[in-house]
Amino acid sequence: MASSDADHAVWLRGIEKRFPGVIACAGADLRVRPGTIHALLGENGAGKTTMVNVLAGVYRPDGGEVWVNGERRFFQSPADAIAAGVGMVYQEFRLVPTLTVAENIVLGSAPRLLRSAEIEERVAELSAAYGMAADPTRPVWQLSMGERQRVEILKALWRNASVLVMDEPTAVLTPGEAAELGAALRAMADDGRSIIYISHKLDQVVAFCDEATVLRQGKTVATVDDLQDVDLTSLAEMMVGSTEGGYVERPPAMEAGPEVLSLQGVSALNDRGLPALTDINMTVHSHEIVGIVGVSGNGQKELAEVINGLRRPTQGQVKVKQQDVTDASPGDRYLLGLAYVPEDRLGVGLAPKMSVVDNSIVRSYRLQRRGLMLVMAKCVEFCQGLVERFGVRTGRLNDPIAGLSGGNLQRLLLGRELAEQPAVLVAAQPTRGLDVQGVAAIQSHLVAQRAEGVGVLLISEDLDELLALSDRLLVMYEGRVVSELAPDVTPRSVIGEAMAGQVRA
Amino acid sequence: MSEAALIGLFVATVQFGTLVFLAALGELIAERAGVLNLGVEGMMAMGAVSGFMVGLETGSPWAAFFAAAAVGALVGGLHALVSVVLGADQVVSGLALTIGGLGLAAYVGRNVVGERPETLFTDLGIAGLADIPWIGEIFFDQPPVVYLTVLLGLAVWFVLARTRLGLAVRAAGESAPTTDTAGHSVMALRSGAVMVGGAFAGAAGSFLSLYMAPGWVEGMVAGRGWIAVALVIFGAWRPGRLALGALLFGFTLALQPRLQSFDIELLGVEVNRISPALLGILPFVLTVAVLVIISWRYRHRPSPAPAALGLPYRREER
Repeated sequence: MASSDADHAVWLRGIEKRFPGVIACAGADLRVRPGTIHALLGENGAGKTTMVNVLAGVYRPDGGEVWVNGERRFFQSPADAIAAGVGMVYQEFRLVPTLTVAENIVLGSAPRLLRSAEIEERVAELSAAYGMAADPTRPVWQLSMGERQRVEILKALWRNASVLVMDEPTAVLTPGEAAELGAALRAMADDGRSIIYISHKLDQVVAFCDEATVLRQGKTVATVDDLQDVDLTSLAEMMVGSTEGGYVERPPAMEAGPEVLSLQGVSALNDRGLPALTDINMTVHSHEIVGIVGVSGNGQKELAEVINGLRRPTQGQVKVKQQDVTDASPGDRYLLGLAYVPEDRLGVGLAPKMSVVDNSIVRSYRLQRRGLMLVMAKCVEFCQGLVERFGVRTGRLNDPIAGLSGGNLQRLLLGRELAEQPAVLVAAQPTRGLDVQGVAAIQSHLVAQRAEGVGVLLISEDLDELLALSDRLLVMYEGRVVSELAPDVTPRSVIGEAMAGQVRA
Repeated sequence: MSEAALIGLFVATVQFGTLVFLAALGELIAERAGVLNLGVEGMMAMGAVSGFMVGLETGSPWAAFFAAAAVGALVGGLHALVSVVLGADQVVSGLALTIGGLGLAAYVGRNVVGERPETLFTDLGIAGLADIPWIGEIFFDQPPVVYLTVLLGLAVWFVLARTRLGLAVRAAGESAPTTDTAGHSVMALRSGAVMVGGAFAGAAGSFLSLYMAPGWVEGMVAGRGWIAVALVIFGAWRPGRLALGALLFGFTLALQPRLQSFDIELLGVEVNRISPALLGILPFVLTVAVLVIISWRYRHRPSPAPAALGLPYRREER
């Protein structure tokens, strides 16, 4: 070892961690120098989140050593890691929605007696010092995702963390917020703190970070001492282990068939009772993929819900195959030929504790029954068919579906929705969080469905995916469709401006 | 109806209110930490019998009161062990505690049925105030447990709202992973809350057997534990509203045995012909009504119910 241990703010050495049936880390290493922003890269399931959870004291490693600021540590709980100066910002924020910003920040390190005014003042000082605006008196449930993330960072700063771990920090941010975050992290690094930055977005990694560690299948496969020396392609290669891994080939243009889905003047409210959709007009035809572009939170979720009957529009009409379904139940819409792959796979799309078989028949159980009874043999046969056709890798079919990986969950969900040859498929974030193989599989199924005559409404935050697959792009901004663009002739800069609400006349 | 009868009604209202408030306050602590304990009825029975027996033995109502609290804490600790430490279903564990607690109390107390302790709690006439007509008798000439319970109510409010411990307890009831990663032990917070809650329920039980209905008979808790559980919901998990609800529920409990003696007409109905059994379900009807109001009023913001109520927490689960 050329440098001494004291040179490292964090040194995770030969970390091993096993979960039932899964080896998450198989001797992975991570070394972070003080005052740097260190990217931790890898595909889903490579072990990134497990590594940082070991560092944060959430998981106890089965093997390996944890060193922080030159000292070997044996964390028994998150409290130990916090005391050692490790601050963690989880991908799913660890905030209590009903508590105020100030209460959330001081939770775990509050004075014995809470004097609200005094705490709020100190929190305000801290947020001013780091240029991160956050009203300390507001309850967290009222905040945007970007504001919540600032609260998480302030929480770590409040405890004077010397190491800050950020797990997928920009997934929930607008491009502007992401840039602000980059600047804030740089200021903290200049302050002498070390930052571990987990992300899939390689362009941001190169823009924000100094050095990088790449994990694959629970092992460290590469380290980069200076990110300025490498380009995006070689980073991507290190992650996947081969050069392939782009997007599915752009399908040849097809003549669009009859209209299968249309929205006329649709408006709807969000969960808080505020306008989420305003006067939406759109149509999807057979043999076409219509892409919805937009920064998340601009009405995409509500759009999918209104189309599928999970949210009642305040105005307007929804039609499937020319029939008005505005007042129809989700089940009736399905029978009419509307299939739906929701954003929240394991919650809305699938029931986690139910078996693979049960999950695969919940839409089409009518076909597997005799009289009032389900015929189990038919159910298993149906499920087996989906598993084979869509290449789902699964254990026993009667085990809870929650044991499947993200890619396999999505394959089964998509297979189930396509089993009865729908006319329309609404797919919300169908490839988000999947590994390269999973992305390719799902995308090729979408393209194949288009060829067979299905009209696909593809809602995605991945611009490259939308550009590769869509026949038409609709840009959503603040609940409106602000423009319609042709993916092959529109420069990215124009799409970016439309996403930001700046539509050129 | 005589003036004395009316004053008697309100005196009993305060006492029944105290009984259900004390038990419900304990349940509120547990629920704010995220643990539903449906064993209140059983814990009260255990408190009632053990308090009564210690009272017989020692002749000191205070020794009996605190012994009952200790027994309640122990029984609550059983629920904590099963549902918090071992992560079993809270509803099942709580119901088992009620059934088992009632049965165990009957067994433990089988030889003391019909006995009377020598010393019971006596009314504490507060000098100067107790002589005020009406008000004095209703509020200032009550047994000391009534005043202690008021102080406990204030203390619970203060701890929950104004201290680090209270913040941690509230956070544990809203989101266990958040509380854990902030550096508090969810297991310790929840177990502690359930045990303190058990102590309150046990103490409430002894108030029943040492003052309100001196003695021990099987089934003497008579559903007041369930009223306490309902009261927590009725009070929307807030100590202040809990106190108001306790007076209302206490009023229905006090009215029940007196209903027949009320010779008045209300809205064209002769009050003394209303069945007391019908009055007995009023707290539960009101609770359901409050639940409906809550879910309507809070449709666009987080409900006042602790978000993690009833959810066990294990750190290394993925």
